Amino acid sequence: MRPANIFHLGIKELRSLMRDPVMIALIAYAFSLSIYSSATAVPETLHKAPIAVIDEDRSQLSMRIRDAFYPPLFTHPELISPFELDARMNVGLDTFALDIPPDFQHDVLAGRTPSIQLNVDATRMSQALVGSGYVQNIVSREINDFLSNNQAGTVPNVDLVLRTRFNPNLNRIWFGGAMALINQITMLAVILTGAALIREREHGTVEHLLVMPITPFEIMTSKLWAMTLVVLAASACSLFVVIKGVLKTPIEGSIVLFMAGAALDLFATTSLGFFLGTTARSMPQFGLMAILVLLPMQILSGASSPRESMPQLVQKIMLVAPNTHFVMLAQAILFRGAGFLTVWPNFAALILIGAILFSISLARFRKTIGKMA
Amino acid sequence: MNEHIPINGASARLAVARLQGVRLRYRKTLALDDINLELPAGCMVGFIGPDGVGKSSLFSLLAGARRIQEGTVEVLGGGMADPGHRRRVCPRIAYMPQGLGKNLYPTLSVFENVEFFARLFGQGGSERERRINDLLKSTGLAPFPGRPAGKLSGGMKQKLGLCCSLIHDPDLLILDEPTTGVDPLSRRQFWELIDRIRANRPGMSVMVATAYMEEAARFDWLVAINAGRVLATGTPKELLERTQCGTLEEAFIALLPEAQREGHKPVIILPRKAGVKEEAAIEAHGLTMRFGDFTAVDHVSFRIKRGEIFGFLGSNGCGKTTTMKMLTGLLPPSEGQALLFGQAVDPHDIGTRRRVGFMTQSFSLYTELTVRQNLELHAHLFTLPEDRIGTRVQEMARRFGLTAVMNNLPDALPLGQRQRLQLAVAMIHGPEILILDEPTSGVDPVARDVFWQIMIDLARNDNVTIFVSTHFMNEAMRCDRISLMHAGRVLVSDEPAALIEKRGAENLEDAFISYLEEAAGNESESPAAQATEKANVPLPDKGSSRADELGGFFNLRRILSYSRRESLELMRDPVRMAVSLLGSVLLMFALGFGVTMDVENVNFAVLDYDQTVTSHDYELNMAGSHYFIERPPLKNYADLDRRMRSGKISVAIEIPPGFARNLRRGRNVNIGVWIDGSMPTEAETVRNYAQGVNNQWLATQGLQAAGAASIEPLFLYNPGLKDLPAMVPGVIPLILLMIPAMLSALSVVREKEMGSIVNLYVTPVTRLEFLFGKQLPYIAMALANFILLVLMAVTLFQVPVKGSFLALSVGALLYVIVATSIGLVMSSFTSSQVAAVFGTAILTMLPATQFCGLNDPVSSLAGTGAAIGEVYPTTHFMVITRGAFTKGLGFSDLHSSFIPLILAIPVLVILGIVLLRKQEN
Repeated sequence: MRPANIFHLGIKELRSLMRDPVMIALIAYAFSLSIYSSATAVPETLHKAPIAVIDEDRSQLSMRIRDAFYPPLFTHPELISPFELDARMNVGLDTFALDIPPDFQHDVLAGRTPSIQLNVDATRMSQALVGSGYVQNIVSREINDFLSNNQAGTVPNVDLVLRTRFNPNLNRIWFGGAMALINQITMLAVILTGAALIREREHGTVEHLLVMPITPFEIMTSKLWAMTLVVLAASACSLFVVIKGVLKTPIEGSIVLFMAGAALDLFATTSLGFFLGTTARSMPQFGLMAILVLLPMQILSGASSPRESMPQLVQKIMLVAPNTHFVMLAQAILFRGAGFLTVWPNFAALILIGAILFSISLARFRKTIGKMA
Repeated sequence: MNEHIPINGASARLAVARLQGVRLRYRKTLALDDINLELPAGCMVGFIGPDGVGKSSLFSLLAGARRIQEGTVEVLGGGMADPGHRRRVCPRIAYMPQGLGKNLYPTLSVFENVEFFARLFGQGGSERERRINDLLKSTGLAPFPGRPAGKLSGGMKQKLGLCCSLIHDPDLLILDEPTTGVDPLSRRQFWELIDRIRANRPGMSVMVATAYMEEAARFDWLVAINAGRVLATGTPKELLERTQCGTLEEAFIALLPEAQREGHKPVIILPRKAGVKEEAAIEAHGLTMRFGDFTAVDHVSFRIKRGEIFGFLGSNGCGKTTTMKMLTGLLPPSEGQALLFGQAVDPHDIGTRRRVGFMTQSFSLYTELTVRQNLELHAHLFTLPEDRIGTRVQEMARRFGLTAVMNNLPDALPLGQRQRLQLAVAMIHGPEILILDEPTSGVDPVARDVFWQIMIDLARNDNVTIFVSTHFMNEAMRCDRISLMHAGRVLVSDEPAALIEKRGAENLEDAFISYLEEAAGNESESPAAQATEKANVPLPDKGSSRADELGGFFNLRRILSYSRRESLELMRDPVRMAVSLLGSVLLMFALGFGVTMDVENVNFAVLDYDQTVTSHDYELNMAGSHYFIERPPLKNYADLDRRMRSGKISVAIEIPPGFARNLRRGRNVNIGVWIDGSMPTEAETVRNYAQGVNNQWLATQGLQAAGAASIEPLFLYNPGLKDLPAMVPGVIPLILLMIPAMLSALSVVREKEMGSIVNLYVTPVTRLEFLFGKQLPYIAMALANFILLVLMAVTLFQVPVKGSFLALSVGALLYVIVATSIGLVMSSFTSSQVAAVFGTAILTMLPATQFCGLNDPVSSLAGTGAAIGEVYPTTHFMVITRGAFTKGLGFSDLHSSFIPLILAIPVLVILGIVLLRKQEN
């Protein structure tokens, strides 16, 4: 192995990329606008949740409850009749519909404990879960306030003093932005390396390299460092300009540590790209395989829903995917300010995954040259 | 050797085509410069000149495959700029583009290839069958109707290409270098075939481009082209007389402008020095290469001495390249051994590679690097000492005449210079052996001579051993020794002159043919079988079916022709087929089981400053909830901070001192709860859980304020708030978008890269028929996926379809049409497969997973995401799947979601048509 070869071949990769304006534009887009739009699409956990109210009471209390719902958490409640309810829920116009029965205020004041029915569209899981809690809390608060204005007497109570750490306002832009960055890094690394390898195989330039005094290890390593450098630089820009600058995400931990993690993730995902590139025989096959690998990685890595809630088996299987570890270490470092002592297992896992994929691809590299479809 | 169709003053005939002031530009290069020509009808017109001078561009203009930029092109009595005329005459024109089997489909069989074209030209069942059989018989392909086109030899590929061109009885046949890369026997047979066809159809005009000057001698009328300009026209005899030359090759050089001819000297072949060491530089012993049951190279042996120029002569696909790859260690031989400098070739031996220079057949240098950068990169890779690199690069540039173009990109150079650059790169480290795979194919005669002079100098003066493959006979004559190769075997090896003598032949070509005929004697591809057919080849009469059936923009037969072909190709690629079917099953498994909105198993720990029975009871109550899992208690705030930072706990509860006492005394107590907010959605849910558990505990303690009112949540459609009924109908639209879109996204762009897109340009098929025909198989495939997914949902995930299955199916049909259309739009738009894969991934994955209501309803989104979500088809299909699966709905409830899908189809189809071109630009 000669480090000079790796250096010169890598420089060649960088020069090639610089002459490809379309690719540069795609990378720029992926690390700026794409992250921005995906982060800002859902600004809050509960944002403008559509709610309707069937007010069969029309009392002071029911008015009070209706007025307690307003943006940004909810939409202004739509006042509907009981007959409209089903149709509206069926086509998904409302996620919540609150049905206040006749004589509600009267019954409350008389201590008869009437019940309010809250219809929830449970196919919209995330809003259903979070939102129904909110609705219940808001309605209870309004009733209690109403009662305390009208009654006296207290019962001891246990209040929860809730403090949310790391992201006190539960701002989802911070989270979304960082996770979008992670997804882009993975997608770019896998597709660019894999597709570029297949393209070089189809055009015969790999053969050309293989007859020179260069080892496949040098060829792969040069692509690896060039790719890593480009994506890392793009990520750093994105982190400072888009995530810190535009999206105003406070970063708790060490950016250097995060970038080190990103570099290791790139090692693993680029190796995954190599692996797919040596496995697929043609571009159509590669395209399908990429979808097959990327889609579960994006959805199940813990970037879009918490890992703890997934079935044990899925959790275990996903430990094989580099993304999972990257998401874990990124959340720990960026949001919780964790240090190396906390995240080192993820670092180790990324090195291991990358090394295994890299070695398999290396072993296959020469063999696959003669076998293009 | 040619039964000429008599011509008497070609110029007096009617013209089949007229060109006036035609100019064509590719970015900065001028490919055609002010062409004015009148091409006589009913005869064979040859276009001579090296590669890259504009012959192919001119042909593509004549065939209507390329857009006319400047000037007028009239073919068969009308302007080719007029789409109406193009559509009318394209059934009368047949165009065979350059490159072996360029417009054929390699995985389709011989019969299927011809059948595809027959259907495109609207021929019915029995007529088609008869015509195909006649054509296959007359071309000698009849014994192999089932062989895939990709596995044919070069000569057979060209014959098949000819069959495909002749299937519709064209009046004008345009052949672009039909015999380049074909062995001399097949070449001779090819021309005999053309002569027979012309004898049967005397009215037919033929235009041929060729780089072989020997072939041009037999054409009726010639056009000599160089650098985008017409040098001369006339019969071969006229050209020879005008230039006072003996051969057309010399005549062509004489016709070249002064500047280009300058410096051209005939190649001087120095004799080998006698008495040099006779040690072998390259040796092969019984080299054999098998790919599956196909033997590409069959026991090839030779011994090449140091300083010798050894030629490998043979057609494309006869095993020359494979042999060279084995010599360089690129391919490990199945059997036998290759030796370089007396040592076995070892692919891992870096040392030997420094002594060898290799030049591959296709241009394999980096087109993104300048000439200088390419040279420097290779100097570095061959570990030339740093301080010598500069001088060595200069030296190479001088020697190979590249000094003036050092800062240009290779793509901007003419082919001759590019080949010299490749040779310079192969020579940069001063190797002792040069292995050159067809280094001069497509290079003009002058540049070829310069190239050979350099090689001869290298061999004689620097004692470099040169192993070169070629299919030019005059180049083979310059070698010290040659091997004739055919179908993986070496027929004979000797000095060229000795071979001619042995066979008593007039020249090397005839000698080669006689060896080939001998070899073919015991082979299935025997021309003997053809000989019987030769005498009488009645080509079918003009079909009655023509013209009248070809009209219309939406012809079902042409659509089905494309659909059939696309599905055959799909079926011949079992991996792609399996991945597209099993892939959706796998994805459904992973996503269906894996995606959860429900937050469970939240880790919490308690910092208990009270340590009473009551506080323990509070903890137990919390641990008892299935939402929470208790971890070892916290010791202090530092412990809390550390464990939360590391993500070991998500919730921490602090019970203050005096908790129990204060409660007993009826005072309000505060319990501190810390929640990890790094995942906002989860944190929010956890907050509600904590509140709920707290309320529940208060109630059990009889402390809760007697309820003023109760709120009863009613979870519609999914009462248990289970994940599967919510997620499964959400995942189906994702899978049905990505896989069909990716499949169809590569279908058009792949044809663009492979070259078969030209069939769209020159046949009567319209863009709508082309796209729709290609789309059909993928729609069928996607529907099969749909059924598979629904079955999985119902059986495996136990999520029944509560509503109308019919509504769901109709929605799915519309949706997969949209999904495949998205892929086709992407495919029409991009020009490379890489871009198509990347673009499709970017344009489907992000919007579908984030903006289409999988987790958050579209109405709650903001900004660009919301706008995309509103129009993206996945949003609407998700309403349909969720409606039909979980909400028990039918057409009447869901009709508003069908409308956007129905509207999307024409929009995407029109976009695809607009982006796809019916002509090359």
